Amino acid sequence: MIIYFKRAIKDILEHRFLSAVTVVTISISILIASAFTLFFINANAIVNSWKKGIRIMVYLKPDIPDIKVTAIQRNIREMKGVKDVRFISKKEALKRLKDQLGRQSSLLDNLKENPLPDAFEIQLMETFQNQDKIEKLAARLGSLKPVDEVEYGQVWLGRFTNILNLFRLTGFAMGSLFLVATVLIVANTIRLVFYSRQKDVEIMRLVGATDGFIKAPFYIEGLIQGALGGIIGLGALFVLFMFISSNMGRELTSSLFTIRFLSWETFLGIWGCSMFVGWIGCFVSLKQFLKP
Amino acid sequence: MIDPQGKGSIIRLFHVHKNYGAVKALSDVTVDISKNDFLFITGPSGAGKTSLLKLLYYGEPVSEGQVLIDGMNLSRISHKRIPMLRRKFGIVFQDYKLIPTKTVFDNIAIVLETIGKKRRFIEKKIRSVLRTVGMENSIHSLPPTLSGGEQQRIAVARAIVGDPKIILADEPTGNLDEDSATVILDLLKKFHTRGATVIIATHDKELIRKTGGRVIYLKQGRILPIIPPQNVRQ
Repeated sequence: MIIYFKRAIKDILEHRFLSAVTVVTISISILIASAFTLFFINANAIVNSWKKGIRIMVYLKPDIPDIKVTAIQRNIREMKGVKDVRFISKKEALKRLKDQLGRQSSLLDNLKENPLPDAFEIQLMETFQNQDKIEKLAARLGSLKPVDEVEYGQVWLGRFTNILNLFRLTGFAMGSLFLVATVLIVANTIRLVFYSRQKDVEIMRLVGATDGFIKAPFYIEGLIQGALGGIIGLGALFVLFMFISSNMGRELTSSLFTIRFLSWETFLGIWGCSMFVGWIGCFVSLKQFLKP
Repeated sequence: MIDPQGKGSIIRLFHVHKNYGAVKALSDVTVDISKNDFLFITGPSGAGKTSLLKLLYYGEPVSEGQVLIDGMNLSRISHKRIPMLRRKFGIVFQDYKLIPTKTVFDNIAIVLETIGKKRRFIEKKIRSVLRTVGMENSIHSLPPTLSGGEQQRIAVARAIVGDPKIILADEPTGNLDEDSATVILDLLKKFHTRGATVIIATHDKELIRKTGGRVIYLKQGRILPIIPPQNVRQ
């Protein structure tokens, strides 16, 4: 094994320029792929935290008697997926609105009557926080006779999720394209190294070297290049991440969400993937060139 | 003469033909080579000497016929077994076939590395064979810095380092002056006395007469009757 390592390192040093091109290509691909991964991990975390805060507001028709309100509240509480129901009277709603408006609340002073409806604020169980289930529950609530309107911010959340999915698809497509391109570049580099070593390989075969003996250093070379490219790519991503996160408003990140770097598992996974890319590049090249 | 049982034979060829497209390099070659034989294959250029040697170490497959090497039938040999076959041979080429970017030590070490020998054994063995060929001081030299005769001695060292059963030498003295050629021949004879079968392809009749041994004469890809070396005409 040590012999193979020595031969691989010697090959890399003898073909410094080619090896450097391969390592840089791998690192750029890994940087792009891992930047997408980092974005999705954080975007998913944000969406999940928003989803946890989803409430359904049920607005009642005017002049529903108190006794009926209590009955509806009981009815809603028994519905599947409902964690808590709170009645917000039109009076309380107006007070909340005035609090939110602050200094501009005087605008509401001239109102002859309270235009806001009575409402229920419904909190959902965590297991129930997905688009389909929320939509079904909202439809059921909407079918109740005293209910005028049901609102749960589905439109913007749906749009955001769709945009995120589009990004995810683009990310996968771009990441895959870059990785395929990298595999081909690695394969090409190994092919060039192999061409320059063709006479050596011929001599090795004449003295009884097996294909394994000939191939092993090339595979190790691919793995080393993949490992180096991966570390450089991930290192560059970490530097970028530190730069961006330190320039982002601390208040913004702490109040809305916390952006995080890749977990160790993901980091090692991407690094392994990068070594695999180096290896598979060698495999493609050698399969073609070491035919019997 | 062919021994039907093949007892004592290390190489047997039965009605071997080798064609390169329409060109017939070898036609109906049948030959038996015994263990510890010292054999010359001679004939004019293009007679098929190199083609015959190539068939032995499976440098090329036969077009027709059968080749048996130390019990291995090359007609049925799988790709995986070819390295095993080649380890039975030590091959010396006219153009030496040394890797120019590797030192003398590394060139010879490949043979032992392929069979998984330990580093300490490899170092000891290489020093020993280099002493045998008189090149122990060139262990760290690169082949292009050596003369033709010296490079051929390194090639012989590489051929004998794995203690092969058979030494094949294809025009081993073709590029050498007379003194260097004598050194190479002496080395091959020395290895023959240790029990190896030595097969030398050459068109140098003077060399054959001086050295002695069995001679196979090839002409237009066919074997002519075996003749004693002293009767080989200039």
